[in-house]
Amino acid sequence: MTTKTYREAMHDALERALHEDPRVFLMGEDVGRYGGAYGVSKGLLAEFGPERIRDTPLCESTFVGAGIGAALGGMRPIVEVMTVNFSLLALDQVVNNAATLRHMSGGQLSVPLVVRMATGGGKQLAAQHSHSLEGWYAHVPGIKVLSPATPQDAYGMLFAALQDPDPVFIFEHQLLYATEGELDVDAPLPRIGEAKVVREGDQISLITYGGSLHKCLTAAAELERSGIRAEVLDLRSLRPLDLDAILATVSKTHRAVIVDEGWKTGSLAGEVAAILAERALYELDAPVLRVCSEEVPIPYAKHLEDEALPQVSDIVIAVRQSLEGRG
Amino acid sequence: MTSGVLTSWLKQPGDSVRRGDIIAEVETDKGIIEVEVYSDGLVEELLVEPGVKVPVGTPLAKIREPGETQARPEASAMSSATQAPAPALESAPVSGASGAVPPDRLRVSPAARRLARELEVDLAGVQGSGRGGAIQLDDIRAASDRVGSNARAPAPPALEPADTKARMRAAIAAAMSRSKREIPHYYVSTSLDVSTLSAWLDAHNAGRPPPERLIPGVAFVKATALALREFPDLNGRWEQGVVHNPEIHVGAAIALRGGGLVAPALHSADTKSLGQLMIDFRDLVERARRGQLRSSEFTDATVTVTSMGERGVETVFGVVNPPQVAIVGFGKIVERPWVRSGEIRATPVVTVSLSADHRVSDGHQGAMFLNRIESLLQEPGAL
Amino acid sequence: MTDAKRHGLGLLRQLILVRRFEEKCAEMYSLGKIRGFLHLYIGEEAVAVGAMNGLAPEDNVVATYREHGHALLRGTSPEAVMAEMFGKQNGCSRGRGGSMHLFDVEHRLYGGHAIVGGGLPVAVGLALADKLRGRKALTACFFGDGAVDEGEFHESLNLAALWKLPVLFVCENNRYAMGTALERHESVTDLSRKPAAYGISAEHVDGMSVRAVEQAVRRVAERVREEQRPYFLEVMTYRFRAHSMYDAELYRDKAEVEDWKSHHDPIAGFIAELRAEDVLSDAELADIEADVARAVEAAVRAAEEGPLEPVADLLKDVYTEQQGLA
Repeated sequence: MTTKTYREAMHDALERALHEDPRVFLMGEDVGRYGGAYGVSKGLLAEFGPERIRDTPLCESTFVGAGIGAALGGMRPIVEVMTVNFSLLALDQVVNNAATLRHMSGGQLSVPLVVRMATGGGKQLAAQHSHSLEGWYAHVPGIKVLSPATPQDAYGMLFAALQDPDPVFIFEHQLLYATEGELDVDAPLPRIGEAKVVREGDQISLITYGGSLHKCLTAAAELERSGIRAEVLDLRSLRPLDLDAILATVSKTHRAVIVDEGWKTGSLAGEVAAILAERALYELDAPVLRVCSEEVPIPYAKHLEDEALPQVSDIVIAVRQSLEGRG
Repeated sequence: MTSGVLTSWLKQPGDSVRRGDIIAEVETDKGIIEVEVYSDGLVEELLVEPGVKVPVGTPLAKIREPGETQARPEASAMSSATQAPAPALESAPVSGASGAVPPDRLRVSPAARRLARELEVDLAGVQGSGRGGAIQLDDIRAASDRVGSNARAPAPPALEPADTKARMRAAIAAAMSRSKREIPHYYVSTSLDVSTLSAWLDAHNAGRPPPERLIPGVAFVKATALALREFPDLNGRWEQGVVHNPEIHVGAAIALRGGGLVAPALHSADTKSLGQLMIDFRDLVERARRGQLRSSEFTDATVTVTSMGERGVETVFGVVNPPQVAIVGFGKIVERPWVRSGEIRATPVVTVSLSADHRVSDGHQGAMFLNRIESLLQEPGAL
Repeated sequence: MTDAKRHGLGLLRQLILVRRFEEKCAEMYSLGKIRGFLHLYIGEEAVAVGAMNGLAPEDNVVATYREHGHALLRGTSPEAVMAEMFGKQNGCSRGRGGSMHLFDVEHRLYGGHAIVGGGLPVAVGLALADKLRGRKALTACFFGDGAVDEGEFHESLNLAALWKLPVLFVCENNRYAMGTALERHESVTDLSRKPAAYGISAEHVDGMSVRAVEQAVRRVAERVREEQRPYFLEVMTYRFRAHSMYDAELYRDKAEVEDWKSHHDPIAGFIAELRAEDVLSDAELADIEADVARAVEAAVRAAEEGPLEPVADLLKDVYTEQQGLA
C-alpha cells in the first residue's frame, strides 16, 4: 500500500496494462509526446513506442470510431478523449456504433473498447471545458459508464474496464488528478455496477459520484460536528447503477440528498430520485433533494463558477433542509 | 358500444336540473340513448357540441351542485357518469374519525404512514414536526411510545346509534344503486360436492379448542382467492378497460347485529394459510361488530365473498360492490341425493354463485372460474 | 468449359442473383413481409459483384445500408439475408438489424451501417488492428457519394493515410445523396480528387462493368495489402430504383433513369458481352435464371418458416453478459 495521486494511479494502471497485454494500446490527442493533457500518460511513449502510444490527429469521431474498429479486430484499445466536451464530436460513433453493434448484429460482434476522458468544472475553464455530461452517456444502453473518485478506483476500474467485453467509458473529474489516496495494486478489482458506502451514517444518505464525492465527505464531516450522521454512497458506476446499494442506504436513513455536478434538468441525480420514488417511496421520510449545477453554461469568473457548481455549503444546507423538524 | 354522437341538448347552461332528468340525447349503434343526470344542480357548461362523436365516458357537461363553488364534469356520455357523493362503502368507514381531518389529507411522509399502520397509530392524533407540519417517522415513534395504547386508534367520537345506522343505510344504498346503475351484471351458479371438504374439516377440527377450529367459509375464501390468480379479470376493476389489481384482497361480507352489512378486506387472502385466514376473519367479525374497522379495510377489497349458509338459504346472488367486478356467494351446506359413479348417495352439497360485471368478463369465463373453485375445494389439504 | 467461361458465368449468376433477390424483396415489401426502410441496389450490382470477386476471404468488409448484395456476395446465405429482413431469428442478425444492418462475422462482413459516413472510422480501426497484429489483409470500406460530404470521410482518409493503414475506400458514386444530386452537394464533383489532399492515390472505375470493377479491385487490393497504405476507388454507377421504398423520385427525371436502364444496365451489358464472346447460350442463361429463382424461393421459404426471436430475449446481447440494469 502506497500513497499516490489519482494521476499517478491511472498512469500506473495504463503502464501495467500495456505491459501485461500486447493487445492493449493507447491512442488520443497528445497522449504521446505531450504526455496527455492532464499528464496521465507521461513517459509511456518512451517506454512503449509510437505503435502502442499513438498521438492522433484532432478527429474525435474518427479516433473513437477507429478504437471501435480495432476492438472488433481483436485489439484492446484504450482511447483517451481530452475532455467530455470534445467527446461530443464522437457521439455518433459512441451511440450509433459502440453501443449498438453487439445487439444489432444479433450478438456476433462485441466491442471491448475502453474510452477515458476528463469531465467536470472547477478550474475556471469556462463553458466549453467545464461541463459534466457523463449522465448523457449513462442514458445509453450498450455501453457502461464508470466514474472513479479515488486513486484506488482509478487504478482498479481501468482493469475492470479492460476485462469487460463491452465498451466502457471512464470519466475522470479534472479536479481529482492531483488528489492523493492509498493505492493497493493487488487489491481485488472493483466490479462494474457496484457502488460503495464510503462513510457510514444513519440519518441521511448523500448519494454521489466522481468529483462530488470529496465535497460530500467534507460536508458529512462538517455535519457530524453538529451531531448529524450522514452516510455517503459513492455510485462509482453510472451505468449500470447499483440499485441495491441505493435502496439499501435509503432504507437505512430514510432521507436522501443526491449530489451530481450535471445540470439538474434531466440529470443522473434525477434518475436516482426516480428510482427512489419508484422503489423506495415507503422508505422516505422526507422529500428527496438534489444538489446539482445551476442551469447555466459554466462561466469563467471564479465567483460565478463557484456559484454555478455544487459546493460543500450547498450540500450542508440541503441536508439541514431535509432534516428540518428532527431532533 | 364504445362511442356515440351527441344529437341534442335538452338543457342549456343556467338551467337547473334534478337527479333523473334527461339532459341530452346521444345516438349510438344501439339507437338513441338518453343521458341522465345523477345529481341536482345547475348546468354550468356544455362540453360537447351536437354532432360530435365522443367515446363512452367523455364528460359532456359541467353541473354545479348546490353549495359547490366550482362545477365538476358531470353527465358523462352514456351512463359512466362521474359519481355523485362518493359511495359510502368505499370511503365512509362506519366508525371513522368523523370530524377529524381525513388521514389521507394529512402531510405524512410515506415511511411514517407505513409505520403508523404497523404500530396502529392514528395519524389524526399525531402532531407533525417536519416541514409544513409533516408527520415523520420520529413523530409516529413518539406517538406510539407516549401513552402506550392511548395514542393508538383513539375511540371515535360517539355517534348516535340511529345516526350510525342511517349513515350505513345511506352508504349501502349509494353503493348498491351505483352498482345496479352502472354494472351490467351476469350470474352463474353451480352446486358442488363438499364431502371431501367436510371430512377434512372434521378431521382438522377434532380435538382442537373452538378458537382454533376452521369453518367452511374460510376454505371458500381461500379457494376463491386462489382461483382469482388464474382469472385476474374478476379481480380487477373497470376503467374504460380492465385493470387488474395486483393483489387479491377478499372482502368478507359480515352482517351486523341490528342491521347493516360490511365487507372488510382479508388482505392478500391468496397467500395466507387457512389458519391465518380464520384468525383474521374472527378479528374482522369482532371489530366489525364493535365498529372498529380501519378505513383501509373498507376500501382495499378487490372482490367480495358472501356466505349465507348460517342464514339458511341455499343460493345467494350478490350485487357487485363497486369498484369491484365480482361477488361470489356460497349458500348453506345441505345433504342432497347426489349421483357419483352411478350411485345415489346422500352428499353434502353447497351452491356457489358468481355475480360479475359483464363489461369485464363473460359468462364463459365466470363458469370456468366456478369450476376452478370447485376443483380447488376438492383438495382442501392444498388450500 | 474454360476457366474464363466458368468465371464469366459465375459473375453473371451473381449479378442475376442480386437483381432477382432484390426484386423479390420489393415484392415482399409490398406484401408487408418486410418493413422499415428497404434500399435496393438494383442498377449498382456490378460494383459489389466486381469488388467482392476482387477481394480475398481474409479481407474485412464494411458496407452501407444498401448492402444486400454485399452480404450475398460475401457469402451470407440468401436465407439468412431474407430472414433478417423478415425480422426472424434465423436472420443473420437475429432480426435485430433488418435490411440496413446485415452482419456476418464468419465472412468478415462488419455491417450494414446506416449513419452515412459512420462506417469509415470503424474500417480504419479494423485496418489498424490488422496492422498491429500483422495480419496481411485489407479492409474494404464501401460508402456513397453522400458520405464524402461528411467530416468522418475526411478524418478517416487522413488517419488511414497518416498511419499507413490498409484500407480500400470504395466510393459507390450513384450521383445522388438520397435525393440531392452530386452537383448540389459537392463543391468539387470529381470525388477522386479529394484523396489527393491526404496523399492517397485514387482512380475512377466504370461501375456498370463488372469486369472493370473486378479487375480494378483485384489490382488495387494487392497493392494495398503489399504497401500497407490506403487507396481510393471512385466507382461510377447509378441507382435504377427509388432511394428507399415509397420514394416519389421528385429529384430526378424519369428520362434520365430510363436512359441509364436502357443503355447502361450492368446485367444486360454483361450478357451482351458474354454473347459476343460466344460463351453464353440461351440455355445457359435460362439455367442461371432457373437456378437463381430456386435460390430466391428457398430464401423466402426459410424466411417465412423461420421462428421469431422470443420476446423474452429482447435484452439479450445489449451486453455480452446480460445483467440486471435499471
